[in-house]
Amino acid sequence: MKENSTANVLFWQGNEACAEAAIAAGCRFFAGYPITPSSEIAEHLAKRLPQLGGISLQMEDELASIGAIVGASWAGAKSMTATSGPGFSLMQEGIGYAFMTETPCVIADVQRAGPSTGQATKCGQGDVMQSRWGTHGDYSAIVLSPNSVQELFTLTIRAFNLAEKYRTPVILLADEITAHMREQVILPPPETLKIINRRKPKAGDKAFFGLEEVPPMPSVGEDLNVVVTGSTHDEYGIRVTADPVIHRRLVERLNNKIRNHTDEIADYESYNVEDCQVGIVSYGCTSRSTYEAAESAQKKGVKTGFIRLRTLWPFPDKVIRKMAETAETIIVPEMNLKQLFYEVERAAQGKSRVTPLNKIGGGELLTPEELLAKILEVKKRHD
Amino acid sequence: MTEAFSAQKYLRNIKPPFCAGCGAYTVSNTFLRAIHELGYENLSKFVFCSGIGCSAWIPSPHFIADSVHTLHGRSIPVATGIKLVRPDVNVVVFGGDGDIVGIGLSHFIHAARRNLDILTIMVNNMVYGMTGGQVAPTTPFKTKTTTTPYGSFEYPLDAAKLAVTAGACYVARWTTIHVNEFKESIKKALEMKGFRFIEVISQCPTAFGRRAGFKDAGEMLKWFKENAVPIEQAEKMSDQEASLKLVIGEYPQKTRPTFVETVYNTMKEAQEAED
Repeated sequence: MKENSTANVLFWQGNEACAEAAIAAGCRFFAGYPITPSSEIAEHLAKRLPQLGGISLQMEDELASIGAIVGASWAGAKSMTATSGPGFSLMQEGIGYAFMTETPCVIADVQRAGPSTGQATKCGQGDVMQSRWGTHGDYSAIVLSPNSVQELFTLTIRAFNLAEKYRTPVILLADEITAHMREQVILPPPETLKIINRRKPKAGDKAFFGLEEVPPMPSVGEDLNVVVTGSTHDEYGIRVTADPVIHRRLVERLNNKIRNHTDEIADYESYNVEDCQVGIVSYGCTSRSTYEAAESAQKKGVKTGFIRLRTLWPFPDKVIRKMAETAETIIVPEMNLKQLFYEVERAAQGKSRVTPLNKIGGGELLTPEELLAKILEVKKRHD
Repeated sequence: MTEAFSAQKYLRNIKPPFCAGCGAYTVSNTFLRAIHELGYENLSKFVFCSGIGCSAWIPSPHFIADSVHTLHGRSIPVATGIKLVRPDVNVVVFGGDGDIVGIGLSHFIHAARRNLDILTIMVNNMVYGMTGGQVAPTTPFKTKTTTTPYGSFEYPLDAAKLAVTAGACYVARWTTIHVNEFKESIKKALEMKGFRFIEVISQCPTAFGRRAGFKDAGEMLKWFKENAVPIEQAEKMSDQEASLKLVIGEYPQKTRPTFVETVYNTMKEAQEAED
C-alpha cells in the first residue's frame, strides 16, 4: 500500500476501490461473512484495517456481521459490511434495526444473479427493490449505485458521509461486473476529500432519538446512559410500545429525515435531457452501455438523451419528470425483470411512454448494440 | 462499602414489566447486589446488551446505564462490536434461553470459541414466556406448553455444558433460590476476562408453571430446591437420572487468550510488519 499513498492514478479492482474508500472515509470496523462476489472487500480490509488500528472480523453469518457493525457504530466507530444477495437477505433484520435505532453504517451489496443462490459468480441487478423494501415496516433507504471502479471509490465515501449525516444505514448497491472489473482510478488528494462525521451531543443533550430531524448521536461508554432499542421509543430512547402518537412521531421522522432531502441525496449524470426524443434511464453496470448506444443513435439522427442514476433511493422523481417533459419514450435497461422500470413509469406521470429492456442470466451485460437496436425500434414507432 | 444496598440506586423510576412472581426480579436484584458489593457506585463502567424476550428487559431501559436492546438472538454480535471497539468497558449480556440458545445459539457458541470478553447471564425459564408459553430448546421432555399440548417430544439443550465445550473461561449454573451462590458467581465472573457464562434457572409462573403443573411461583421454587444437585453429584448419576435434575454449580475455569487480546495483538503484529 505504501506505493499507493504517493500515486494518484491506480489500477484497482472494484472491490478493492470500495475497501480503500471505506478506509479513506474513516471506516475502522468491518464485519462480514464470505460471499461471492463481495469477498475481496473483506479480504482487503482484513489486511489493511489492522495496520491502521482498525478491526476486521469474519463473523459466523450475516446476522452476526450486521449486528457487530451496529454495535461498533454505537461504540463510536465508522463501520461497514459487504455481502451479496443471499447474505443481503439475511441482513435485512439488522438493516431494519439500524434504521430504527438511527445507527450510521454502510452495507455494500455486490449483486449477483438471484433469486436464492442463483448464479453466484454472475452479475445481476435483481436486488434493486430489496435494497429499498427489504426489511419490514415503514422505512426509507438510501441506496447508491456505482457504475465504475472510480465510482466504487467515490460512492463508498459518499455512502459513509450520508450515513453519518442522516444517522442511518446506507446501502452501496454494487454489482459483480463493476466489483470484479479492474480499471483506472484517479485518487483525489486526501485533503480534498469531504468527510462527514456524525454530530455528537453537547453537554446536557439527552434527546438522542428525537426533537431534531437528525438528533446528535452519543456513543456508549461515555457515561451518558444511552438507551438504544429497536422497539418504538421516545426521544430519550425509552421503549413505548403501545402509544400511537409516539410511534407515528418516531417513524414519520425517521422516514422524513430522508424523504425530505431527496433532492440533496439525488445524484445522477445526465446528457441531452432537454432535447431528446428518446430517453434512457439507467444505473450500475448496465449504464456502461448507454454512452456508446446514445452516441451511435445520435449519429443516426435520433435525438437521444440519458439519465444515469447514482442514487436509486430515495427515488429522484423530479429528475425523471424533467426528461418525461421532452422525451417521447424512455427506455429503462436493466439486468433484472423490470425493477426500477415501474418507478420510472410512475415518475414520468404518463408524459412519456416508458419501455423496458431487460436481460438476465449468465452475467451477460446488455450490449450497446442491443440498446441501440431498442432505440431505433422505438424511433421507428415514433415515425 | 458501608452504605446499605439499594437496588433503586441503579434503577430508573420506570415500572418493571414483569409478572408477579417472575424470576427476573430476583435476577435483577441479585445482579445489582453483586455490583454494589463490588463497590460500583453506579453502572457507568458497564454497557448492557440484550435481545428480545422478558429477560432482555432486565437491563433495558431499567438500569441507569448504557443499554442496547437489540434484535432477537443478536445481543452477542452487537456486544462483539461494542467490546472490540471499546475494550475498556464491561459488556454484560442479559438474555433468555430462547434468545441466547434458541435463535442466537450460533453466536453464543462462536463467542465462547473466540473467548469474547463479555459476561452473558442467561435467564433460563425453559419457555418462550413473552410470546405466551411456547416450547423452548430448554423445555424438559414431556412438558406441556402451548405448542406441545401433549408434552414436549424434544430433549432439552444443556447450555452450560455447551459453553464449557465451546471454550468459555467461566461457566456456572444456579437457580433463583440459590441467590447467594448466584451473586458470588456474578462477582467472580465480573472480575474475570474472556467469555463468562452464568445460567440461572428461573421461574415463569405465568407462561410455564401454570401449564407444567405448578400452582404458583412458590411451587416452582420448591421444585428448584428439591431437584437441584451439584455438578459433582450429577456426574455420578446415569444420564437418565441426571436429566430429571437441575444441575447447579461452577464448571472448571479456563485461562486462555481472550478475543480482545488476540484481536489487538494481531493489530500490533500487522502494524509492526508494516513498519
